[in-house]
Amino acid sequence: MDRRQLTLGIAAAAGAGLARAAPATVVLPFGNGERPLVRYPQKRALIRLTTRPPQLETPFSVFDEGEVTPNDAFFVRYHLAGAPPLADPQTFRLEVKGQVERPLSLSLADLGALPRVEILAVNQCSGNSRGFFDPRVAGGQAGNGMMGNARWSGVALRTVLDLAGVRAGAVQVAFAGMDKPVMPGPQPFAKALDVDHARDGEVMLAVAMNGAPLPVLNGYPLRLIVPGWYGTYWVKHLNEITVLDAPLRNFWMASAYRVPDNACACVAQGAPAGKTRPISGYDVRSFITNLSDGQRVRAGMPTPVRGVAFDGGSGIARVEVSADGGQHWRETRLGPDLGRYAFRRWSAQVRLARGKAKLAVRAVSRSGETQPAVARWNPAGYMRNVIETLTIEAS
Amino acid sequence: MLRFSLALALIVAASPALAAPVAYVPPPERQRLAVAPGSRLTEIQCSACHSLDYITTQPRSLPATAFWTAEVGKMRKAYGARISDQDSAAIIAYLAANCGGRSD
Repeated sequence: MDRRQLTLGIAAAAGAGLARAAPATVVLPFGNGERPLVRYPQKRALIRLTTRPPQLETPFSVFDEGEVTPNDAFFVRYHLAGAPPLADPQTFRLEVKGQVERPLSLSLADLGALPRVEILAVNQCSGNSRGFFDPRVAGGQAGNGMMGNARWSGVALRTVLDLAGVRAGAVQVAFAGMDKPVMPGPQPFAKALDVDHARDGEVMLAVAMNGAPLPVLNGYPLRLIVPGWYGTYWVKHLNEITVLDAPLRNFWMASAYRVPDNACACVAQGAPAGKTRPISGYDVRSFITNLSDGQRVRAGMPTPVRGVAFDGGSGIARVEVSADGGQHWRETRLGPDLGRYAFRRWSAQVRLARGKAKLAVRAVSRSGETQPAVARWNPAGYMRNVIETLTIEAS
Repeated sequence: MLRFSLALALIVAASPALAAPVAYVPPPERQRLAVAPGSRLTEIQCSACHSLDYITTQPRSLPATAFWTAEVGKMRKAYGARISDQDSAAIIAYLAANCGGRSD
């Protein structure tokens, strides 16, 4: 299955009489997959899925550049049209309230005075790769680029919760950001984590990404980092933390971002979801980043193959490649371990006989999970992690 | 009228970690819908909350009326869009006929 997008054409503005360059486009390899490549403030040209609110996908070739996804290439996803909100760093305050002994109102300087923590972690959209679902499902029709791995730094959420003093009986902590609906109707975006998760010392309030302030479109000035969990929990422009004595039951927890409540989070193709639960941690995935579907290589010669793998936090135990569509697998060499929440690089060499080869990759996590040979399906188009396969032509 | 050209300025000052001022001017919104009966109503109602590429990027391989009935229903119920039953029916008819999906 092809997963790389093909650059169709870039029209230069050089032609006389051209008032504006025609936008470059890419075609994601599924029906109705043509998208413009567009530059946004603080971003290089990204694949635009939607304009308002903005949803921008990382071109897949970026993932071959290294383990860390640059800030200007990192994907963007919003829900409500009042985005992105523009924060004034002088007046910005993070409110901590609800079931706490001491409600807090923290400035960025206050947060900066607290002990600093740092973590490399993948952020992946729940609907990453939704466009590949068969049958297709409604929602943001993303390719595989709604993910990225960054070095996040800031303050452990636990530090702030302990400053406020979580009361006995608290069950969840809710997070809301500055991005609001443009008119009454939609519920403001807010998500919640159980108290024990919120206090695990890893969930973080990040002020920086890869050593720089968060780009506006990635949540400036403060966002929640929930290592190993889908991006829906990584609330951007975070300015409100509320400790709750009952689970949050807003639209974003009770209706949206839910998966079938079974071991595979899946149902038969086209079936209703049935009983659901909130989406949580990533399943294990791996990708080839240096080759694209349909690419030609030299037959009989060593062909380097490399890519990235990640899971929900157990870490990657091994990555295997197959040159015959999954009948035989061979272990690859793993790159440096940058932490159990980070992209893990892998590399191998394959020698392909003349003709077409199905080049596949699968990862096995330290917790023993691997990727299915046949894609799992759910009505919301979440959590895709089928074994990725490219058709390579050796000649 | 449907071009949303926002020009916003973000002033980022303070500590060195917070960097220099950033002017935030997003690219303009250009997506329109194919002109047909109901297109104007659909553009006005839907673009109140989101750009029209939310519509044009949806899959075209699903039963059209069922798909768009579910989507317009979701916008009204889940996202609180204030669209009357009559307008809703006209919007669904337009989308099913002009924005992809197979006849169901």
